[in-house]
Amino acid sequence: MIALDSLEALVARIPDGVMLVVPPDYSGVAVAATLALVKRGVRGLHLLASPSSGIQADLLIGAGCVSTMEAAAVTLGEFGQAPAFNAAIRAGRIRMLDSTCPAIHAALNAAEKGLPFMPLRGLLGSDILAHRADWQVTQNPFADRPDPIVLLPALRPDIALFHAAAADCEGNIWVGRRQELSVMAHAARQTLVTVERVLETCFFDDEAHVASVLPALYVSGIAIAERGAWPLGIDDVYETDGEAMAAYAAGTLFAVPA
Amino acid sequence: MDTALLIDLIADLIGDAGHVATGALSPIPMAAAMLARRRSGGRMRVTILGSRRNSRFSGGAKELFDCAAQGRIDVFFLSGAQIDGEANINLLSVGDYDRPKQRFSGSFGSTYLYMMVPKVILFRPEHDRRALVPRVDFISAPGWSAPEVYRPGGPHALITGRCLFDWRRDERRFALRSIHPGETAASVRDATGFDYAEPADVPVSPAPSAELRAEIRDLVRGEVAEVYPRFAEEFAV
Repeated sequence: MIALDSLEALVARIPDGVMLVVPPDYSGVAVAATLALVKRGVRGLHLLASPSSGIQADLLIGAGCVSTMEAAAVTLGEFGQAPAFNAAIRAGRIRMLDSTCPAIHAALNAAEKGLPFMPLRGLLGSDILAHRADWQVTQNPFADRPDPIVLLPALRPDIALFHAAAADCEGNIWVGRRQELSVMAHAARQTLVTVERVLETCFFDDEAHVASVLPALYVSGIAIAERGAWPLGIDDVYETDGEAMAAYAAGTLFAVPA
Repeated sequence: MDTALLIDLIADLIGDAGHVATGALSPIPMAAAMLARRRSGGRMRVTILGSRRNSRFSGGAKELFDCAAQGRIDVFFLSGAQIDGEANINLLSVGDYDRPKQRFSGSFGSTYLYMMVPKVILFRPEHDRRALVPRVDFISAPGWSAPEVYRPGGPHALITGRCLFDWRRDERRFALRSIHPGETAASVRDATGFDYAEPADVPVSPAPSAELRAEIRDLVRGEVAEVYPRFAEEFAV
């Protein structure tokens, strides 16, 4: 069997001030680990949503853990706007790097490949581009007529953090169809994962499982957190808890230090 | 607002597209895509972001964007907290960018998909002068681009709780196509903050029959509820 961390030991691996990448609400969000991180009092995070975030970003921002937020969107989805995020933006308390989904994907793809940047179509003429001093517009060097295109610097997060249904006996992680989790892990220097359970079998022993697995070589630490995505859901294990999400939106779910 | 009427009108706008996709926070477009697929005899490909049952993507969150960039998606839906008369959309904030009066979720993939997908249907149920403005405070995605900009995609129509506008690309403005029951040409003009073209006689959008309403209700309960349970619960046709 693999060595496991406690939840507290896992989040102790996330120092103040790092770039932390997290998945969207439908992909496996490590909410239990996030609450442990808030309890530990982490500070100065550059929180990168790949490409959007909800309750997780809102919890961290509400607790004062975030100095820079980078995302295509921060929202509780059907449950409304993210209250702490919105308040922090209106008060100018955090630095916001507004992005768009494919730009975050492409910049992580660049890091996966060890490239310094990635070109991307679209974006031209938007105020997203106008507010991103770190993005550049260049001429397509292969075109024989004017063809402006945006260059995005690679995003190489210090740490990726997510929740998954299971790890196997070697520490390979089941991601299913959520391949964006693999992209995050490939791009980040370290990946920390909470899982519902650890299996005694190995995913690689069954060819039908292989394409749905993040190999252990990308994984730096694993902790068991049963219902670790709650109040969000995890594919095939449990659904989002709508009542709890509505309570969060109303400010009555958690007593989080301000 | 007659939600079933909007769903039916949007399904008509989708027409016989080969591949329709819907993004975040889009229960009404999802219902319309389900209806359009049924009308196609099941031939239409529909990809619903956030659905497991109605998505056949296996390449992760980037696949929608890669697909769009290759021209594999024909129809997509976008909205805006503000939309202006040049079809610029704002999903981000109202007021000064650095200290906004109101902040919304963010631009999601609009900055890209608006420029890549040939037929983007703008959908904004609330139709008033706060939503349809002379000029958006922030351009999440521009309605049109300079000729040298690579842009196979763009707006096709704007549907609101009051009316349906076509987008006239050559004139770079909207044109009123029909008004929903209960509205007049004057009431729409009064509620709209930008100028647009208008025919001498404005047709009324067709209201769905009782049979069609029942069909839509079944689609919402059977399919939309998977992704938007709260919408489905509150949906009363």
